[in-house]
Amino acid sequence: MPETKTSKPRPNRKAGRRHPMASVALIAIGLLFTGGAYAMFSTSTARAESDLSSQQTIDEGKKLFAANCATCHGLSAQGSGNGPSLIGVGAASVDFQVGTGRMPMQMNGPQAQKKPVQFTEEQTRALAAYVASLAPGPGLPDASLLDAQGDAAAGGELFRINCAMCHNVAGAGGALTEGKFAPALTGVTEAHIFEAMVTGPQNMPVFNDANITPEGKRDIITYLKYLENNPSPGGFALGSLGPVSEGLFLWIFGLGAVVAVTVWITAKSN
Amino acid sequence: MTTTESSTAPSTALAETKKSGGLTAAASNYIDERTSISAAVKGLGRKVFPDHWSFMLGEVALYSFVVILLSGSFLTFFFQASMSEVHYDGSFVPLKGIEMSAAMASTLDISFDVRGGLLMRQVHHWAALLFVAAIGLHMLRVYFTGAFRKPRELNWVIGFILFILAMAEGFTGYSLPDDLLSGNGLRIIDGMVKGIPLVGTWITFLLFGGEFPGTDIVGRLYSLHILLLPAIIVALIALHLVFVVVHKHTQYPGAGRTNQNVAGAPILPLFAAKGGGFFFLVFGVIMLMGTFFTINPIWNYGPYDPSPVSAGTQPDWYIGFADGALRLIPPGLEFVGLGGTWSFNILIPLVGLGLFILLVMIYPFIEAWITGDKREHHVLDRPRNAPTRTAIGAAGVTFYAALWAAAGSDIIATHFHVTMEGVIHTMQALTILGPFAAYFIAKRVCLALQKKDREIVLHGYESGRIVRLPGGEYIEVHQPVNEYERWKLVDYSEYKPLMIRPDARGRITTGQRMRAGLSRWFFEDRISPVSTTEIEQSHGDHH
Repeated sequence: MPETKTSKPRPNRKAGRRHPMASVALIAIGLLFTGGAYAMFSTSTARAESDLSSQQTIDEGKKLFAANCATCHGLSAQGSGNGPSLIGVGAASVDFQVGTGRMPMQMNGPQAQKKPVQFTEEQTRALAAYVASLAPGPGLPDASLLDAQGDAAAGGELFRINCAMCHNVAGAGGALTEGKFAPALTGVTEAHIFEAMVTGPQNMPVFNDANITPEGKRDIITYLKYLENNPSPGGFALGSLGPVSEGLFLWIFGLGAVVAVTVWITAKSN
Repeated sequence: MTTTESSTAPSTALAETKKSGGLTAAASNYIDERTSISAAVKGLGRKVFPDHWSFMLGEVALYSFVVILLSGSFLTFFFQASMSEVHYDGSFVPLKGIEMSAAMASTLDISFDVRGGLLMRQVHHWAALLFVAAIGLHMLRVYFTGAFRKPRELNWVIGFILFILAMAEGFTGYSLPDDLLSGNGLRIIDGMVKGIPLVGTWITFLLFGGEFPGTDIVGRLYSLHILLLPAIIVALIALHLVFVVVHKHTQYPGAGRTNQNVAGAPILPLFAAKGGGFFFLVFGVIMLMGTFFTINPIWNYGPYDPSPVSAGTQPDWYIGFADGALRLIPPGLEFVGLGGTWSFNILIPLVGLGLFILLVMIYPFIEAWITGDKREHHVLDRPRNAPTRTAIGAAGVTFYAALWAAAGSDIIATHFHVTMEGVIHTMQALTILGPFAAYFIAKRVCLALQKKDREIVLHGYESGRIVRLPGGEYIEVHQPVNEYERWKLVDYSEYKPLMIRPDARGRITTGQRMRAGLSRWFFEDRISPVSTTEIEQSHGDHH
């Protein structure tokens, strides 16, 4: 990478008559080139890897599966008493469950919890390729559906009708029965949102393409990303939990402040 | 700046008037000659108010109501109380082109396209929450200090009606924007009213102008919200304040404070200045909340549509106890028969809460009947000196709080990582058993505190100074309490259980038996205030 080399000696030269920011600017330009080149390089390799049908990837996935997943899901993913069969769940399901850290599952409980991701992107794709090779199932979403450039208004309407009863109108999450819950949707990647809708992980229902079209899903993602990227116009959102957090805030901080003022006003001067 | 207003000669204090010239004097004279306002200023200006922070809570409610009126008037300039369908075309992108009612669209316009509109909306809503909360805290202060006793029973009832009206104002206002959350709230009200046997369905059809939601309800609620309810509230507040002036303010027990006087600062000039400043402080707190904290983000909720219900759908805090009661009532209580559907899962909370509200409202009369006390009380009780009342209050607060918390059962479940069912069952147990536990604990704590007070009066404070007597005995020196502090500790009236006596016709009625029983329940466990004789006897006793 020649860019890095050219940028390195610059800071060593003392800034004589040059503008003091010149070396900084040069470093920045250098880094931009290096980073850009690296980004191009890495996306091209990712594209090469995303070919889930290559036998090499499938074989790699099979090995990973046998080592990490087979204890519960069975050696040929047929399922066991501890985990469901994965035949036909598709690459989308694997990418969601493994990509969000829910699988491998930390412990049995009402539902698998999100945790730090255990596999690299490459390994996750290999696993997805292996599971997808067992039987047809929902595949990875096309990048064109994940650009969050759809119709936010239509997405909002779809979200309120189909998703808000569990995930809350602002995607802040909500309670389900027996300790299960619908998680908050902030910070979830576009691909994972799409995959969740297609595969219906855990307690979530499946929203297939007849139910919500791929464009509708793209709109929903657009809406969620709009909420995430635009802070509440009214100020701090208090968790977007609705009247409970508003009431708590009012009693603790609002009324608390006012009572403090009453005490201050009626305090006897010494 | 503490003076004493004597009830026998209240106005003699302003005998001498200062003479000074200048514009102020001329202007005052001009006004006085035409309005005779000096009589009112003389009377009211010398009115004495005792200084204690808990006496300011009613003022907080009053001032937040003023803020509500001001911000609400602003909102009426832009709000359209109409349910005609429009397509939103304002500046909030994620709702562009969505079909909604004109009410919702105009509320969104207030939020995004009217200068200062969002601030006013948030100020209005925060002030409303503070209004009801301040009323609640004010009521607790009045209850636990026994300020509702004669002659203030009627003012308690007026205040309590104000509390109910404030909730009604809040609920009608909450429903106006016609967003998803408010529509869900209205649907619950619709369901509750429909649960009333025989008349329920008729009432909701009358209310909504047909089947829910119809196209009338927002306009009707608007009339109630900005016309009828505020008018009644303003009238009752005026009456409430007139009574405060007529009755004079209560005061905490203390040296020199009796039922015949009020110790404190006169309204003019200091108290008026403080009160005026306090208004702006309350206003400021509300403005800060409205500026920095989102409340009721209707742009998230979207327009009302009968099909979706969001997770975390709750009413504003003051309706929470009713929502909680509906969440806690066990399933399987409804049946079909006798020519209709009987929804006891709705009727039991409805009747239960109605009874609870009624009991709180008429409590002053119940207690007056039990004690048989016909005297006027202007000196407050310290809560410990009325153990049974305090315990009943603690039980009531626990009951209310359990129902209130139950309205947030889903939020509790997600945020404390517990199961929804566990939360509901715990709350059910708390609602039933909690009040009993609170009653006994509060009563025991009161009696213990009274015993401690008695001990302090008779033997003084433990000073921590150990002295060895000539005989070799070690004792701790007790610091006697001074007379000022002692006043507070001994100044309360003692009630004894009523004796059952036959009436003129030589009979003992059931009413009398009941009264005697209740009186025994109230006053069986009691600690008498220390008498003068006891204090004198204990004098040689201060080790």
